[in-house]
Amino acid sequence: MALLDVQSLSVDFRTANGQFRAVDRVDVSVEEGDVLAIVGESGSGKSVSMLALMGLLPWTADITSDCMRFDGTDLATADAETRRRLVGRDVAMIFQEPMSSLNPCFTIGFQIREALKEHLDLSRSERQRRAIELLEQVGLPEPEKRLRAFPHQLSGGMSQRVMIAMAIACKPKLLIADEPTTALDVTIQAQILELLLDLQKETGMALVLITHDMGVVAETAQRVSVQYAGQKVEEQGVQALFAEPRHPYTSALLAALPERATTRHLPTIPGVVPGQFDRPSGCLFSPRCPHADERCGREQPTPADASLGHARCHYPLMAGVPRREAS
Amino acid sequence: MSSVDGYSADSADGTGNVASVARPGRFREFWSYFRENRGAVVGLAVFLLFVLVAIFADVLAPHSPTEQFRSSLLQPPAWQTGGTSEFLLGTDAVGRDMLSRLIHGSRYSFFIGVIVVVIAATSGILLGLIAGFSRGWVDTLIMRLMDILLAFPSLLLALVMVAILGPSLINAMIAIAIVLQPHYVRLTRAAVLGERAKEYVTSAQVVGAGPLRLMFVTVLPNCLAPLIVQAALSFSTAILDAAALGFLGLGAQPPTPEWGTMLADSREFVLRAWWVVTFPGLAILVNVLAINLMGDGLRDALDPKLKRS
Amino acid sequence: MIGFLLRRFGAFIPTFIGVSIVSFLFIRLLPGDPIMLMAGERGMSDERYAQLAAQFGYDQPLWAQYFDYVVGIVQGDLGTSFKTKRPVWDEFFALFPATLELSLCAIIFSVAIGIPAGIVAAVNRGKWPDQALMTTALVGFSMPIFWWALLLIILFSGMLGWTPVSGRIDLLYYFPSGTGFMLIDSLQSGQAGAFGSAVRHLILPTIVLGTIPLAVIARQTRSAMLEVLSEDYVRTARAKGLHPFRVNGLHALRNAMIPVITVIGLSVGTLLAGAILTETIFSWPGIGKWMVESIQSRDYTSVQGGLMMIALIVMIVNLVVDVLYGVINPKIRKR
Repeated sequence: MALLDVQSLSVDFRTANGQFRAVDRVDVSVEEGDVLAIVGESGSGKSVSMLALMGLLPWTADITSDCMRFDGTDLATADAETRRRLVGRDVAMIFQEPMSSLNPCFTIGFQIREALKEHLDLSRSERQRRAIELLEQVGLPEPEKRLRAFPHQLSGGMSQRVMIAMAIACKPKLLIADEPTTALDVTIQAQILELLLDLQKETGMALVLITHDMGVVAETAQRVSVQYAGQKVEEQGVQALFAEPRHPYTSALLAALPERATTRHLPTIPGVVPGQFDRPSGCLFSPRCPHADERCGREQPTPADASLGHARCHYPLMAGVPRREAS
Repeated sequence: MSSVDGYSADSADGTGNVASVARPGRFREFWSYFRENRGAVVGLAVFLLFVLVAIFADVLAPHSPTEQFRSSLLQPPAWQTGGTSEFLLGTDAVGRDMLSRLIHGSRYSFFIGVIVVVIAATSGILLGLIAGFSRGWVDTLIMRLMDILLAFPSLLLALVMVAILGPSLINAMIAIAIVLQPHYVRLTRAAVLGERAKEYVTSAQVVGAGPLRLMFVTVLPNCLAPLIVQAALSFSTAILDAAALGFLGLGAQPPTPEWGTMLADSREFVLRAWWVVTFPGLAILVNVLAINLMGDGLRDALDPKLKRS
Repeated sequence: MIGFLLRRFGAFIPTFIGVSIVSFLFIRLLPGDPIMLMAGERGMSDERYAQLAAQFGYDQPLWAQYFDYVVGIVQGDLGTSFKTKRPVWDEFFALFPATLELSLCAIIFSVAIGIPAGIVAAVNRGKWPDQALMTTALVGFSMPIFWWALLLIILFSGMLGWTPVSGRIDLLYYFPSGTGFMLIDSLQSGQAGAFGSAVRHLILPTIVLGTIPLAVIARQTRSAMLEVLSEDYVRTARAKGLHPFRVNGLHALRNAMIPVITVIGLSVGTLLAGAILTETIFSWPGIGKWMVESIQSRDYTSVQGGLMMIALIVMIVNLVVDVLYGVINPKIRKR
């Protein structure tokens, strides 16, 4: 049984200008020990689906799904107390801005020990020892000193390590990392990613990595799920995706990687992600797709089967060329 | 290339269909937020009602506000025994019709609110702009002056100023305007400091905008939101403070039908003639409440952080 | 930390000087000749005038007069009241405890009700508890407090007879004022019913004086909480699986308290302004009533002295609030 099984998850936000569909019938499935990367531009809804799972969305969000199960528990119908017992213990999340994700009024030690106190039955000295252990595990020198520090005294990279330490404190089965390195320096990025992967191998926990950086995906993931404008448009194993992208969007993302450039000018994808007021009635990517035809603009595509990477496209790519059926 | 605002919709190959709502303009967006807040809309309606009453006071009031009807001293309102329909809300201790005095009093309230806000806001915003743009010793001097003003409780300072200038409505308004001014200076200065760091100001400077243009055309329009909210708040504060001064005998002088002044001599009638006490205060309350509701609605509609989307 | 304290004191001094200049200039700005105003005598001879001028120090240059004035403040000499011929300093401190007692009760009242109300409103944003609480706060905020006092008197003293109309305690109790706080003194006096009487006299004035601060604190707590509730670290706290009470009451509130404490501190000014009206209506023998009476009876020395002292108190309270700020939020200490 899958550790995480989400089917047809949709999230709508109530705004002054009407409902806004941030996540549209997305499926996510993660096995134990999996490393899944969710890729997409800003506005693709990749963070929102995970936040919905954790119950961290604001009050203006309406969440609907066919299935939302974690480790056997139905998250959609679970009561608040059941949810709270899972969140922070068996499933944990770290965020993009580590500097502002720590409470400025309390020391690091207080915040880590709090996570331990909430979910585990340890004595005070045991909590302190575990906190030191955690900081060592995430590679922070002088852990006793760090525990007494306040968040504003730490750098971005150090803060993110602390966040990771807090997240793995109770040995979770699933760690969701929402763009953990986007706000950090390039050199620190590599260190943090390496840390996450090492921890994953050590503990055997599943890792969901949300990112917009295809380079990061190549280095870390086992499977990749591509999202665009709130919909999942493709999902494949990482090698298959890089070798044979099935959806034109994925193909365009890969083509834009500097490492793959063949011409002097880097190819870009013209246009921007549709917002609240300019959603096309057919395929959401059609206004920007180089292969789109009249049917694409009119009719919403359905996901293909696994051999075609579940591509949400009328004409999934085969060896880079859209497969037009004669019908 | 589909544009961000969604007004045009041609795609890379010309087949894009835009099926949903075009983005509304700024005022309409503001109005739709404001409209959502029922309290604010009620406040606006009541406020407009008072404006109308103030404008048409002469026509609406059944009697003159200062005429004394010697034969009808302290008459209760029409629905109580002893009251007549001639004086719907009763009469006061010297026989003046309460209703007419209340109606004419609305004029004074608006007069007070408008003048105080205009004086306080104009000088306050000016000083705030100067302080925010000059930095250095000019800034420090202006802020110290404001700190000094703010060290005194507002009503107390107004009281003392009126004592110096002499008790009258005009002096009361001047005193209150001076006392309220520091809030505008601080707000404007804070907003200016916040905006100055932003890139659009640097761009304007690079293009060659002079200081005056920078102040009034580039930066000030972006600071307006908190200032507008503060103006609404000052309007109601001004009415309350003027009423307080009137109550203490240091604001509008009798027989002026200012609502606070009407309450000045009413203490002795607390148990005997409740209508002399209740109605003027009620008028103040409803008026100020309406303005505060509007102010709240303005703030919620203009403040992006509290917006839903 | 020391640097922070020194910096705060450094800002205090110029403001103090400015305030003292303002109150110093007060009498000199009044229309009419200051010496004649202060003496209150009409048609005096030239010798008498010169004599008074020397007595009040008016024959000296302005800056010397100012210097004397400031020295006087520090030494506790604010001049003599025209009306009572007693030193203003003594008058002020004789009446101050009454205002202090009332103000403290009002603050406790407004904080005890205002902060919880603000939290409940913020957590239930948009739903009926929020709207009900905020509307009530708004009404409290929009009322002329002298009218509110009169209304409460009509209801509770007039119609129900539960509370007295004026004063601090029933006249039949008399005991020497030890601390000046009626609540403490009445307990110490041991007289039966004295404490109860003192409490009953405090109820209405406390409610009246505390209404506006209560409304302000409730609204400020709500808006501070709303801001904080949307911060990343609150999301982290929720992601740790903490109970909402802990998330709101500890993580959020600690950060929200910072602006709220400013507001509480700043409400000192509001309280003193409100005390002017409240004490007048309830005949509460405090400095608010004293200031009004001094202005009305043209006792300008008292007004000048009272102005200075009140401003000084407000400034000291603001300074304390600033320091507390630094204690609660470690980040501020660096500034």
